Amino acid sequence: MKFPTDRQYTAEHEWIDGQGRVGITDYAQDALGDVVFVDLPAVGNQLQIGDTFGVVESVKSVSDLYSPAEGVVEAVNDQLSDHPELINEDPYGQGWIVRLRTEKLAEDLLSADQYRQQVGEGKGGA
Amino acid sequence: METPLTAWHRQHEAKMVEFGGYVMPLEYTGILDEHHAVRTQVGMFDVSHMGQFLVTGPGAADFVDRVTTHRPGRLAVGQAAYGAMCQEDGGTLDDLVVYRRAAAEFMLVVNAARRKDDWAWLNQQRGREGGAVRLTDLSDALALIAVQGPQAMDLMKDLVGPGVAELARFRFSTAFGIAGRPTLISRTGYTGEDGVEIYTAAEDALEVWEVLAAREIKPIGLGARDTLRLEAGLPLYGHELATDISPVEAGLRPFIRTRPDQQFIGQEPLLRQLAAGPKRQLIGLRMEEGGAIARSGYPVLADSEAEIEVGRVTSGSYAPALRRPVAMALVAAERAQPDTTLWVAIRGKRVPGRVVPLPFYRRSRGGRSPG
Repeated sequence: MKFPTDRQYTAEHEWIDGQGRVGITDYAQDALGDVVFVDLPAVGNQLQIGDTFGVVESVKSVSDLYSPAEGVVEAVNDQLSDHPELINEDPYGQGWIVRLRTEKLAEDLLSADQYRQQVGEGKGGA
Repeated sequence: METPLTAWHRQHEAKMVEFGGYVMPLEYTGILDEHHAVRTQVGMFDVSHMGQFLVTGPGAADFVDRVTTHRPGRLAVGQAAYGAMCQEDGGTLDDLVVYRRAAAEFMLVVNAARRKDDWAWLNQQRGREGGAVRLTDLSDALALIAVQGPQAMDLMKDLVGPGVAELARFRFSTAFGIAGRPTLISRTGYTGEDGVEIYTAAEDALEVWEVLAAREIKPIGLGARDTLRLEAGLPLYGHELATDISPVEAGLRPFIRTRPDQQFIGQEPLLRQLAAGPKRQLIGLRMEEGGAIARSGYPVLADSEAEIEVGRVTSGSYAPALRRPVAMALVAAERAQPDTTLWVAIRGKRVPGRVVPLPFYRRSRGGRSPG
């Protein structure tokens, strides 16, 4: 289970990096299982902190995506339309979901260590 | 509850899930990977959560005929049949497979989640037969392992001898042992593939499973079991069947005997439904736009705009064979014609689906494969 330290996390299992890219965590993709569909927002959508901006569906379940920031959707990862499995294969890289032009980050974002503790993975779990 | 194999599943890092009161493996390597293995090679399933009841005694054949929709009392010894068990109003209590093990000995294989209710119902019905029928619950004493996939029979021949491939579909035998343990092997399954189901004593299950695992048969969880049966158009109790859904509505006509001199509980209302045509019908829906899944319980609408609900999705998932989401739905009969476009409300959006005949997937049959 990976918890890269170059980004911040939400308690709802999203990550956001310095470029405003948002995705779901390794822990989340593992819990969901095979992702078969990602419902992406429209570019230009204005998001508030905590807004639902999309949905990730695995074979067994549906999971809402919550915005970790206030901002405008600047880009979406179109690759996910044909290859939703990228979220399983590379959740922190090619499996990114949207890029936000961030106006304000949520105040309760977690560091990699804090997030790791929240999901109950010990320090040695990386 | 646990099966004799629960510890094995945990040791092999399966994701576990509660199902029908049992802790069962949901997936080991991933649902799609496991689904693909069963469609193209072979996989094995622990389905020991299924319930087994033994019906014995001089009244056994008449009894099973009276409580089920098919006619198990006419089965040959060594033959099994699929059917349903209904309440008086024709609602479905369970779907089941009945095995005739001897002239006056039948094994009923029922769903885990229905086991308690079925047991109570059967005992209540037995009251009328008095001492001519004895019921024994074997569910805890037996384990059940399914081996399914295009390579299943070759593998079984290799394991227990060529005779196993002579079993026709829905025939079974106790002549084959595995690892010196007695088994009942039947040419049945719930995946749309060829294969067998292997009943063993609970205390022998781990040894039998390990023998299969040593042949590098991939273990398959309930997640793929569900996508496999959905593609094969097979009903799951609690979804396509329930006490308020009749087997006629669920498309199980071939398993309902219609001669009025062959009565079973619930026959009258079912015959009326058959004569008049059922008001609701189970359909297949091939979703036509996007990748969103029409899941169990979602409303089915007649129109892209008007608020005309015509039914509900009973099961829905991604179907690897079609590379599309598909669903089964119970809808008003007048909307059930193939090629009708219906709409499923998915998170406030309406997604069109085309009514298609079931099953979604049918295996290609080469050679002399029976059934």
